[in-house]
Amino acid sequence: MKIVLENLTKVFPARNKKLDKEVIAVNNFNLEIPDGKLIGLLGPSGCGKSTTLYMISGLQKPTSGKIFFGDNDVTELSTENRGVGLVFQNYALYPHMTVKQNILFPLQNLKGKDKLTKDQMLERAVYAAKLVQIDDLMERKPSELSGGQQQRVAIARALVKMPRVLLLDEPLSNLDARLRLQTREEIRRIQKKTGITTVFVTHDQEEAMSISDMIVVMKLGVIQQVGKPQDVYDDPVNLFVAKFLGTPPINVFEGKVQGEKLYIDNNAVLDVKGVSDQAVLVGIRPEGFVLDENGPMQCHLNNVEVMGRDVSIVSTSDASLNPVIRSIINADNKIAIGRETINFSLKPHKVFIFNRETENRVYFEVK
Amino acid sequence: MVDSKQQWKAWLYLAPAIVLLLVFTVWPIINTIRMAFLEGYRGLEAVGGVSYSFGFGNFTKVIHYHKFINCLKTTILLCVLTVPISTFLALLIAVALNNIKFLQKGLQTIFFLPYVTNSIAIGMVFAAMFNIVGSFYGTENELIATAGIINNIIEFFGGKPVNWINYGSSYTANIVVMTVYIVWNALPFKILILLGGLQSINTQYYDAAKIDGTPRRRVFSRITVPLLSPMLAYVIITGFISGFKEYSSIVGIFGEGMGPADDPGRLNTMVGFIYDALSTNSQGRASAAALILFGIILVVTLINTQVGKKRIHY
Repeated sequence: MKIVLENLTKVFPARNKKLDKEVIAVNNFNLEIPDGKLIGLLGPSGCGKSTTLYMISGLQKPTSGKIFFGDNDVTELSTENRGVGLVFQNYALYPHMTVKQNILFPLQNLKGKDKLTKDQMLERAVYAAKLVQIDDLMERKPSELSGGQQQRVAIARALVKMPRVLLLDEPLSNLDARLRLQTREEIRRIQKKTGITTVFVTHDQEEAMSISDMIVVMKLGVIQQVGKPQDVYDDPVNLFVAKFLGTPPINVFEGKVQGEKLYIDNNAVLDVKGVSDQAVLVGIRPEGFVLDENGPMQCHLNNVEVMGRDVSIVSTSDASLNPVIRSIINADNKIAIGRETINFSLKPHKVFIFNRETENRVYFEVK
Repeated sequence: MVDSKQQWKAWLYLAPAIVLLLVFTVWPIINTIRMAFLEGYRGLEAVGGVSYSFGFGNFTKVIHYHKFINCLKTTILLCVLTVPISTFLALLIAVALNNIKFLQKGLQTIFFLPYVTNSIAIGMVFAAMFNIVGSFYGTENELIATAGIINNIIEFFGGKPVNWINYGSSYTANIVVMTVYIVWNALPFKILILLGGLQSINTQYYDAAKIDGTPRRRVFSRITVPLLSPMLAYVIITGFISGFKEYSSIVGIFGEGMGPADDPGRLNTMVGFIYDALSTNSQGRASAAALILFGIILVVTLINTQVGKKRIHY
C-alpha cells in the first residue's frame, strides 16, 4: 500500500512564550512512498525525521497537511485504526512479559470480526517469531535477551498483526557495529519477504544507503532530496546532501568559475561548460581524485593510510574547507613517501559545484 | 581497606552514631527480649533488688488475657480492611493524577496535606464529623447534639442518622469510622509513592500499547499495574506494618478510653495493649506482647515478600 504525505507540517508551540520560539519540526513535507518499498528517512538529529514517522503512525497529529494510506485519508484516523506496526528506538518491549506474551499482546487486543482463537494467535505469533528467527527464545524475558534479539522481538511484535505499514525508529542505534550490519540485512530480508511498505528513520547515511529502495534526506524539517541511494549520492542537489552522504565525507573547497573554467587555489582544475563566472564551493568525492604527476590540482601531502584494497591519501590545501583532504585511490598506485606535494587530476562526474550563497548545485556539462 | 594505623580514626568518626544506636536502639531491643523472658518482670521492683526466674510465663499470660485477644482481633481487622482499600484507592487516584496535566501540582499538594497533619488533630475532626444528630437517650432534658456532618448528609438524603462513635454505638459502626479515618490518613504516602512510580514508567510502553489498539482497561491491568508492582509491594508491606502499629488514630477519635464511653478499651490495639502494660509497670508483659507483635509483623512481611516474588515481574 502506498503512502502519500501531502503538505505535512508539524509545529511545536513555544513552551515559554518569552524565551522560546515555536519550533517547526516538519515543514510542508510532500512525499509519495510507493507500495512495498523500503524508505529511509535520513538526516541529522533534530531534522524532523522521527516526527514525520510518528505522524505516519498517528501517535502525533500533524498541525496541517494530509496523510493518505492508499486512497484513504487517514489524517484524522486514530493510531489503532491505521494498521501500522512501529518498532521503537528502545524497542519498548514489555519487561514483565515473556517474548511470547510480548508478541501475542497486539493480537489479544483485536476485537469483533478480527478476533482470533487462542490457537490462531499462537500460530501467528510462532510464524512471526520464525520470520525473525527467535522462535527458540519464546519463554525468555526481554532482560534475558541481547540487544539484537530484543530488536527482533520488537519487529516480530510489530509484524504479528500484519500491519499495512511498518515503521522503524532508529532501529539499529542500540546495536554494536557488527550486529548492526547483520541486523540491517535482516530487516531488508524480512521486508522483502513480507512486502510490507516500510519506513525507517536513521541518522546513519551508510545504514540508509545500504538497505533503502529510496532515501529522503531532510534538514530542519524540510526535504532536501528524494531518490534512489546511488542517484542521490551521484547527483546531490545541494551542498548539505553532498556533505551528508558518503564516507569518508566529500572534500569541500573554495573556488571560482571564470571563463567556464573552475579554479581552486588559482589553478584551473576543470572545464565547466555552461557555468557563468561566480564564486563557488566545490565538492569533490574522495574517489574523484586521480594521481597525476602533471595534474592541475596540487596539495600538500600529509600522510598515506593503507587500507588494503585502497589507499587513503591525506593532504591539505589552503582552499580546503575541511581540515584535511581525503582521497581514495587504488592501492596499485605506488606513492613515494617523503615527498611534500602531490598532484591530482579530477574525475568530472565526481566534482560538484555549488553557489556560494545558496549552496545549491550549479550544473555543468560533463563531456 | 583503611590502613590499620588509621583505623582508630575511622572508629572515632563512627563513634557518635554507634554510641547513640547502641544506647537507644540495640540495648532496648536486647533488654526487651530479656524482660520478656523474666517471669512477671516489673521495672520498679527490679530496681529494688527483686530477681526473676527465666521462663515463658509472660507470653502465656499475655495470650490467655482476653483483652489481648480482643486487641489482636481489632488490629488484624483494621489491617485487613484498610490496606487493600487504601492501596486500591491510592492506585486509582495516582493514575488519575498522572493523567491530568491541569492543576496536577495543586491537587498533588491537596492530596498530600493529610500526611503533614497531626493524626490526633485529624482524629478530632473526624470525631466531630461522625458525631450523632438529635436526641440520643430520648429523655426530655437531654442536650441535643447536632454536630455531625456525616449524619447531616445522611439525613439530607432521607436516611436515618447512625450512632457512629458515641455512647451505645455498635462495634461495626466504630470499625467503619476507623477504616474511613485510617484509609484517608494512609492515602497521601501511598499516592506519593505510586505517582512517583507511574512517572518513572517509560511512556514508550504506552505508545506501543496505543499502536496496538489496547483498550484502556487492559493498559491498566496488563501494563500499568505490572510495571508498578515493585511500588505496590512496597506500599502494601509498609501499609501492613503501620496497620499493626495502629494506635494514635484510635486515641484521636475515641480518646484515651480507646472505645465508646459505655465500653472503653473495645477498640484497643496491640500497641495500646503494650502501652497499658507499661503504664501499669508490667514491663515483662509489655515486652512479651511487643515480641509477639514483632513476630506477627515479621511473618506477614515474609508472606508479602514471598507472594511478591511470584507477582513482581522484574
